[in-house]
Amino acid sequence: MFGFGLIKGLWVTFKNLIGPTFTVQYPDKRVGLFKVAKYYKQNPFSFLKSHPIDGLKSIVGQAVIKEYPDQFPRFRGQEFNWYEDRCTGCASCAKYCPLGIIEIETHPGENNIQEGTSYDIDVFDIDIGRCMFCGICVEACPFDALHMGSGFEKATEKREELVIAVDELRSADKRPSTWFRPQIEQSSYQPRDKEMDDFHDIGRHEKPTKEELTERWVNER
Amino acid sequence: MSIRTEPVTMNVGPIHPSTHGVFRMRVTFDGEEIIDVEPVIGYLHRGSEKLAEERTYTQVVTLTDRMDYVASMTNNQSYILSVEKLAGITPSPRGVWLRMIASELQRIASHAVANGFLINDLGAWHTPLLYMLREREKILEMFEMLCGARITNSYLRPGGVFMDAPDQFWPALNRFLDEMPHRIDDIENLLSTNEIVLIRTQNVGVLKKDECLNASITGPVLRASGVDWDLRHKNPYDYYDQISFSRPLGEIGDNHDRFLVRIFEMRESLKILRQCIENIQPGPVRPKEVPFLVRPPKGDSYVPIESPKGELGFYLVSDGGVSPFRCHVRAPSFINLTLLREMVLGDKIADLFVTFGSLDVNMGEVDR
Amino acid sequence: MNTVMDSVVFKFIYCHLVSSNECVDSFRILGSGFISEKYSIIGFLITSLILILILINGALVGVLALIWGERRLIGRFQARLGPNRWGPWGIFTPVADAIKVMFKEDISPRLSDKFVFVLAPVLMVIPVLMIFAVIPFGKATFLTDLNVGVLFILAITSTNTLSVLMAGWGSGNRYGIIGGLRAVAMLLSYEIPMALAAVGVILMAGSLSIIKVIESQTIPFAIFQPLGFLTFLIAATAELNRSPFDITEAESELIAGYMTEYSSMKFGLFFLGEFMATIAASAVIVCLFLGGWRGPEIIPSHFWFLIKWILMICVFIWFRATFPRLRVDQIMELAWKALFELTLINILAVAILMLIWPDPTILELWIMTGINWIIFFVSLWIFGKLLGPKPEQKDGVSRKIVLQK
Repeated sequence: MFGFGLIKGLWVTFKNLIGPTFTVQYPDKRVGLFKVAKYYKQNPFSFLKSHPIDGLKSIVGQAVIKEYPDQFPRFRGQEFNWYEDRCTGCASCAKYCPLGIIEIETHPGENNIQEGTSYDIDVFDIDIGRCMFCGICVEACPFDALHMGSGFEKATEKREELVIAVDELRSADKRPSTWFRPQIEQSSYQPRDKEMDDFHDIGRHEKPTKEELTERWVNER
Repeated sequence: MSIRTEPVTMNVGPIHPSTHGVFRMRVTFDGEEIIDVEPVIGYLHRGSEKLAEERTYTQVVTLTDRMDYVASMTNNQSYILSVEKLAGITPSPRGVWLRMIASELQRIASHAVANGFLINDLGAWHTPLLYMLREREKILEMFEMLCGARITNSYLRPGGVFMDAPDQFWPALNRFLDEMPHRIDDIENLLSTNEIVLIRTQNVGVLKKDECLNASITGPVLRASGVDWDLRHKNPYDYYDQISFSRPLGEIGDNHDRFLVRIFEMRESLKILRQCIENIQPGPVRPKEVPFLVRPPKGDSYVPIESPKGELGFYLVSDGGVSPFRCHVRAPSFINLTLLREMVLGDKIADLFVTFGSLDVNMGEVDR
Repeated sequence: MNTVMDSVVFKFIYCHLVSSNECVDSFRILGSGFISEKYSIIGFLITSLILILILINGALVGVLALIWGERRLIGRFQARLGPNRWGPWGIFTPVADAIKVMFKEDISPRLSDKFVFVLAPVLMVIPVLMIFAVIPFGKATFLTDLNVGVLFILAITSTNTLSVLMAGWGSGNRYGIIGGLRAVAMLLSYEIPMALAAVGVILMAGSLSIIKVIESQTIPFAIFQPLGFLTFLIAATAELNRSPFDITEAESELIAGYMTEYSSMKFGLFFLGEFMATIAASAVIVCLFLGGWRGPEIIPSHFWFLIKWILMICVFIWFRATFPRLRVDQIMELAWKALFELTLINILAVAILMLIWPDPTILELWIMTGINWIIFFVSLWIFGKLLGPKPEQKDGVSRKIVLQK
């Protein structure tokens, strides 16, 4: 009969009215007593004793807690994590960046000048104002020195401040994302929870063996 | 005394809430009826094909993400299949199955967006759109688990996929497969018997079979007009010949048929996903001998795939170096857009946007 | 017909001001009045002004509540939260809206017709406020009881049309005129089903006064005359320019509607007028069809009116969240080919039933209700077959989606 389609539509909308919402209230949301006590990991009574004002606010449902959206370990974040003792200054990351935003300047180190196994880094600038976070630089690094980060709240007020200089890279928090680093993933590290303190036990990603390289590059050609 | 009327030419500008992307049309109408439509494109041209000549084969993957920005996985897949044929790389099986899973998930997401925005243009104040976007959120979360980015994922590499799926991916995928059929049923209940939607979309924007074939239309638009042509059946790539699924065909090629065909295709994608999960075996996702810099021998290749918008193919010409010598994209949205004028002549102004929305055009692909 | 002294609120305030013989049995907390009976007209005027002030402010506060309520409720229909940042649960959002509207630049196009341009938003708001004067908010709570109350309300809703036309013409923009004329065509065509549906109510009540209409609803007229209720609801949605008939606000994707050249407070007045009209129309539907303030005596009658009022507003918001928009020619078809005939069938049915049973008891009322419902379903089925969407195309090709293996 004419009109039943409309009524079915009204019914679907009504079901969604009484169902849950899927909003993630970032950065903070207002909750009642039980949720705020769970956030501070106390039971409601001790919460009321320790935070009286927040407790009063939570009884009317207006206490404020922080909330973040779900983020997974492989998230390609907006910062970069650089382990200087693994970096040799080979500039593979700068060479393979599709946009050419990494700038590296080095001078040969004091030891082993003849062998040139290590360079001292003067300038290592990454311009995240123009970066597209594709991760090819991370993929290209042969020594696992560069990783993607997991933050996303890096807004600044001037465009010049978006260039990450080498000092900032050295001193920043190290929360590497597990993009193209399966060895970090196997250690069940969650970038959001804590900073990665000791990276040196985790090995490098698997590289082709010498036989496979010979097969591909010498014999097949 | 007769009244003298005169047709009016109006500009539906590049910035407009109902044209998906920057698209300009010069519409001539007489009263309510449309006499002429002249599309003007090129507002999103970024020179992707020229840029591809200066980047290596792996870096071009990031360019292909951004062409059809709603369905990046299928763009990547088309390009990578072309590279693999050119360079003679055999992909590893687990990588191929993962590719197919990502591609079918992307198809569901793209059809959800297309249908949601079509109903939005009809005027249902974002309600069905938000329901479809809620489902798309789950798919984008799964993509974030796989490759770290939700929309412009460069997940595929020559030879397969670049990293295996993490452990949290498979339970999430199974949960999604359990819930999605109910959501699609909800949307069908909300909209496909709704009298207002039926009155607005039936017998509007009709496209007949021979017009489609003459203009090389592909994709759901072609299938809604009744032609049985799906590249996954006729010209199978990856492992689509080991999977059974059906393709929905419409009878009359109007807006309502195109809308329904996309909803049925979402269900078929769910079937394909279940079969992929059954068939996948552990193993490496990428052959070890594929180098970082691929240097294919001289030649050219073209492997078309069935993207959510139609037949997408990359024609790659190589001269033996690390960059493609020429990369040309056969973009389905661009070719489907050429028939806009014939579809819309004779209908009223209000139907113009609905017809345009049902063609599912993405300006990133049209302009590249 | 009731006089103003029958209104409890009026009597309360009047008797605090004037000491007169009529006030002997009234409820007084602050002692008797101080104005003598000779000057009772002053007391009358002061009381009326106080009540009008309360009513206008109540209407404005109601608009604020509706702005907040509509956005939150549409959000919940779409499985998301509505505005929730300003103030607890977002209740200061209308204040933020008002401040935003006031701070915009007030542009006046050079080619516009100034007098008409400025007058149009005013004409949108003021007549709607007059509707609140005749609505009884509770058992004996009203500002005035006109004995032509229903006719008065129908006349006021016609001024909406004039305001839209003035806005379209005054903009000086050719697309404004086109949009305005389309809107006027729609508004004019939907006044007829609205009035005819109200006639069905008037037949049963026997009088045009709203209080008599409410008092004669032993069964609410929504159940008694479903056809009349449905057509009045659809016609009211169209008169309010709301979905699914909102061609004036949103088909202005392509052609600019009548509101484009308006900015700042003039736009704010249009906004205000539209929301106030929603509240007023819901109140009218509650009075005419849902039994006004009638209800079991467990809670006072004012609360029944409030509950029914809020439910009716929620129904309007529910329609907005669910239905897509109809095209202009389809809207006209609906009005002239469907709703007009349905209201005539309704009047015929009610009149014949009243002729058969002139003084019905409760049982006979329920029998009449049953007959009305049968007529409702039959006529909807007939009109659906005639005018509804056809599953087959013209040359007999049937429509279905085939799943090809």
